[in-house]
Order: sequence, then structure tokens, then C-alpha cells
Amino acid sequence: MPGITREEVAHLARLARLELTAEELDHFAGQLDDIIGAVARVADVATEDVPPTSHPLPLTNVMRPDEVRPGLTAEQALSGAPAQEQQRFKVPQILGEE
Amino acid sequence: MTTVEELVSYEDALTSYDPVMGLEVHVELGTATKMFCGCATTLGAEPNTQTCPTCLGLPGALPVVNAAGVESAIRIGLALNCEIARWCRFARKNYFYPDMPKNFQTSQYDEPIAFDGYLDVELADGEIFRVGIERAHMEEDTGKSAHIGGATGRIHGASHSLLDYNRAGIPLIEIVTKPITGAGERAPEIARAYVAELREVIRGLGVSEARMEMGQLRCDVNLSLRPHGREMFGTRSETKNVNSLRSVERAVRFEIQRHAAVLGAGGTIVQETRHFHEDNGSTTSGRVKEEAEDYRYFPEPDLVPIAPDRAWVEELRASLPELPRLRRNRLREEWGISAHEMQSVLNAGVLGSVLATVEAGADAAAARKWWMGELARRANEQGVEPTALPITPAQVARVATLVTDGLLNDKLARQVIEGVLAGEGEPDEVVAKRGLAVVSDTGALGQAVDEAIAANAAIADKVRGGKVAAAGALVGAVRKATRGQADAAMARRMILERLGVTE
Repeated sequence: MPGITREEVAHLARLARLELTAEELDHFAGQLDDIIGAVARVADVATEDVPPTSHPLPLTNVMRPDEVRPGLTAEQALSGAPAQEQQRFKVPQILGEE
Repeated sequence: MTTVEELVSYEDALTSYDPVMGLEVHVELGTATKMFCGCATTLGAEPNTQTCPTCLGLPGALPVVNAAGVESAIRIGLALNCEIARWCRFARKNYFYPDMPKNFQTSQYDEPIAFDGYLDVELADGEIFRVGIERAHMEEDTGKSAHIGGATGRIHGASHSLLDYNRAGIPLIEIVTKPITGAGERAPEIARAYVAELREVIRGLGVSEARMEMGQLRCDVNLSLRPHGREMFGTRSETKNVNSLRSVERAVRFEIQRHAAVLGAGGTIVQETRHFHEDNGSTTSGRVKEEAEDYRYFPEPDLVPIAPDRAWVEELRASLPELPRLRRNRLREEWGISAHEMQSVLNAGVLGSVLATVEAGADAAAARKWWMGELARRANEQGVEPTALPITPAQVARVATLVTDGLLNDKLARQVIEGVLAGEGEPDEVVAKRGLAVVSDTGALGQAVDEAIAANAAIADKVRGGKVAAAGALVGAVRKATRGQADAAMARRMILERLGVTE
């Protein structure tokens, strides 16, 4: 029986770093359960002879030669950074005090 | 915060328990560009000068697979006796961490490109131990963080961190062993030998320089203990980023002793990641995970599957170089040296140089002598690897040949090497410019002797008359005429011979 529980939604929210209120959890759990139920109908028609697919185009081995292409300058790369220091992206403390 | 761990002696630990290891090795490939974009991978570039929208994870950017990365992965797989997947995909491994700007690592999950192989490892006493290979898969490296404001750059206590994404996206091959059982007390030695052999395989394939000190080859050590006779594995610890061969050996040893102490006292091992400390060879607990990791792997929708053409795979298989272990044994026999002497050559990191020197025409003993002696000494003085010295194996071979032919003695040969290293040109040019050739061929020396006798007729007469001691003056004249490059003993013999005197 496909579907998603409120606990699973809370877990996903934590993994996605989303802070959800109890009301939001109830709300989203119901919505997501409906969506998953709808998508699950695909399983009714996808029988053994239909392989799972992860890409809409029947392509394989799309590769490029190992040749350097111009990228961004450091200035361009850092242009969207909220903070920078020593030509590097500056990020807040990674580990809290323990 | 570092708590001192209780240990039991290594011998006692092995009396009670049987170690099981799993080794995960990440190899950074030496491709010119990153795995999924065309950014350069040059070492030592200024921070954030080798990035693009793809490796920075900017919206809308799309990855394209580096063909050389796939080829390297297949070659590594084949060298490790693996099956090569007929069809496989990349997968997203989702997690938030600042060194991964996309918030997922493009990796492979349940469809690795290579799987089910083995690597035979030769131990110090010649015993061969087979290490099973579970899989080798393709993925990408993360950016480099610098932690600011804490003690000695540690993440603990840091106020903030600085990120350089030049390394983000560089191709990595992760090679995972099957559980290594039956190693017993030799577990630390086997772990070290495996990583050393894997490094040689990687270098032999030419897919990476695999320098551990540069982070091009990194090892995670999984270890668990089980009581002798029990089939089920114990709980494992995972010691991360053990980055030298010696450290691999020490980390295994330490964890065996630590696990045994915990289990022996009736405790349980916590499944956790641990940090290895180079200074004292210990490990300490990493951050305790509040919950099991949940990476929510799913097939990467922006990349199409890789389905290596079988003919191509067979071509790659046919062109694999000789396995390092077999090559070492063959060369050892060809050169007529002991296993111990071979080990010295390996430890000095000059096997390739010696071989190339022999191939360039030098005698094996001479090639070994120069690389292990003078060149190793000079490299050591300069704090570089012998292979990094500005002298080619062909040049070393030429110096060796000049010595064999008697045109140089060892002392002069060292000066020639000095000249080559100083950029004075080829060995023959250095000999000519510095005037270094030994004058021992009888032609040139004979002429000098004749001239010395003619120019010093009075002394020559004295010698003819029996005053052999006077010959010293003639030898001096010969040496002066040849600017010290005449062999004195030979000059003396020739002078006496020409003057019809015996000693």
C-alpha cells in the first residue's frame, strides 16, 4: 500500500533542513500522501516487461573528451556568495559548540 | 575532549578475537578535467579559479561525463580482476555539507561500474594473500575547507570556515574490499600491503600518481572483532582518512587493541566514524551520529546510463600493463638481486627510474647504484622525490655507460650528474664543457707520456739509469699535462715500460 506517514514527512523535513510546525506536518503529510497515491497508479500499468527508467531519452554513453574548457574567474565564482574571505566562500560555523 | 582509550596488548587481543577488516580507498584520478565538467584539475591553483556553474551547483547547470574518467574506472576494475558492468548509472547521494555545493555528491549506488574482483598481495615473507574486491565505482571529490578561529585549523571550536571548490568535482574512484577475514595477527600488515599494492597498480595504470601525502589516495579502515570460531561479524568502527601506509598499519593495530579492551570489559562497540591521529597512532571518536545516515540515493536524472561496449572493454583488458607484483618479481630475477634489495628500491620510489635507466642501456647494478646512492642523496638534500630531479633515466644511463667504458670514474661521474642537474646539458656536454673525461685510453695517455719523457730528458735518463724514484716527476708532468685526469698508476707503468725499467 503506497503512501507516506506523518513521521516520514517529519524525517524528510529534518533531512531537508525544513522547519515545519505540527499543523504544516499534518497538512503536507495529507497532500504528499495524495500525490504519492496518484503517482503509484503508474505501477498498475508498469508490469514486468517495462523496465524502470530514470531518463526519458533512450541514450547511453554520452561523454565528452577530457579537454579543459574555460570556466569562471574567481571573481565570477564568488559573485553570488553571501560572504567571502581570502578568495574563498565563507560559511558559518559548521559544528556547534559541544 | 580527547579521552584516553583503554587498550589491551595486541597479543592478548588476538588470543581472544579474530579481526575482520574492510578497506575503502578513494583514488583521485589524474585526468585533465573534472568528472562532470571541463574545469581544469591543476594542483596548487589559486582558490576558486577552477570552477564553473556545474561544479558550483548553480541552477540550470548540467553535467557531462568525462570519457577519460570512465576509461580509467574500467581499467582499474580490470586490473583488480573485476567484472565490468554492462549497464550502470550514476546516483545522487544527498546530504548537506559546505564542501559539496550541489548538496549532493554524484556517485554510483547499487550499479557500480566494476564489481566482484580481487587483488593478490605479497607480504614481506613472500606469502600471497588474496583480498576480495567488492566494487569500484565512480564519483567526485568535494571542495577543500579551511576552518578559521579554532585551534590548529580544527573544525571544533572554529568560528567559520572558508571553502575552495577547485577540488569539487575531480574524479574519484572508490574501491571497496569485501570483508577481509582470516588475516589474524597479520591484519595490520595485510592492510598496509593491500594499500601499497593498490597504489602500485594505480600508478602502473598511469591513471593517478596516487600520492598519499597529497591526498590523491586516501584510505578508510573498517574494523571489527569477533570471538574465535564465531561466524557473525562484530560491530565495526570506521576510521576515516588514514593517509599513509604506516598509518594504515597503525590504525588497524590500534583499533584491534581498543575493540578488544571494550569487548573484554563487557562493553559494546559503537558503530561510529573515528579520526586517526598521526602523532601518537591513536583514534578518537568522531561526531556521534544521532540517526542512521539517510542519503536518499536515486538515479541521477541529468546523466544517461553508461553501457561500456564489450569490444572496448576487451581492448582495455588486452592493453593492461603487467601487474606490479609480477613485474617486480620478474625484474628482481632479471637483475639478480634479493627481495630485500628490491624492497629498498621500492621504498626509495625509484623502481620506474631504475627500470627506465636499464632500458636506456645501463647495467642494472649501475642504474640501481646511481638512483639509490648519489641521486637519492641529492633528492633528499633538496627535499624532493628522486624522480623529481631534473635528470632523465637516459641521462643517468649515459653517465653509467661512460663509467663502464672507463671514460669517467665515480668521482668524475658525480660531477657530471651535478652538471646535468644544474642544467648544463647532456652528460657528454657536461664532460666536454667541464673537461671531465678520465684520460686512461692508451692513445691519449701514451702521447702525454711520450711528451713528458721528451720534455724531461735529464730525468728520463736518471730513471733509465735505475733511479726509479725519479719517475714520480715524470708522472707529475703527465698529470699536469692532462690536468689531473690521467690515472697516475697507469701513467707510471707506461713511463717505466717506455724507459725499459722494472720496479
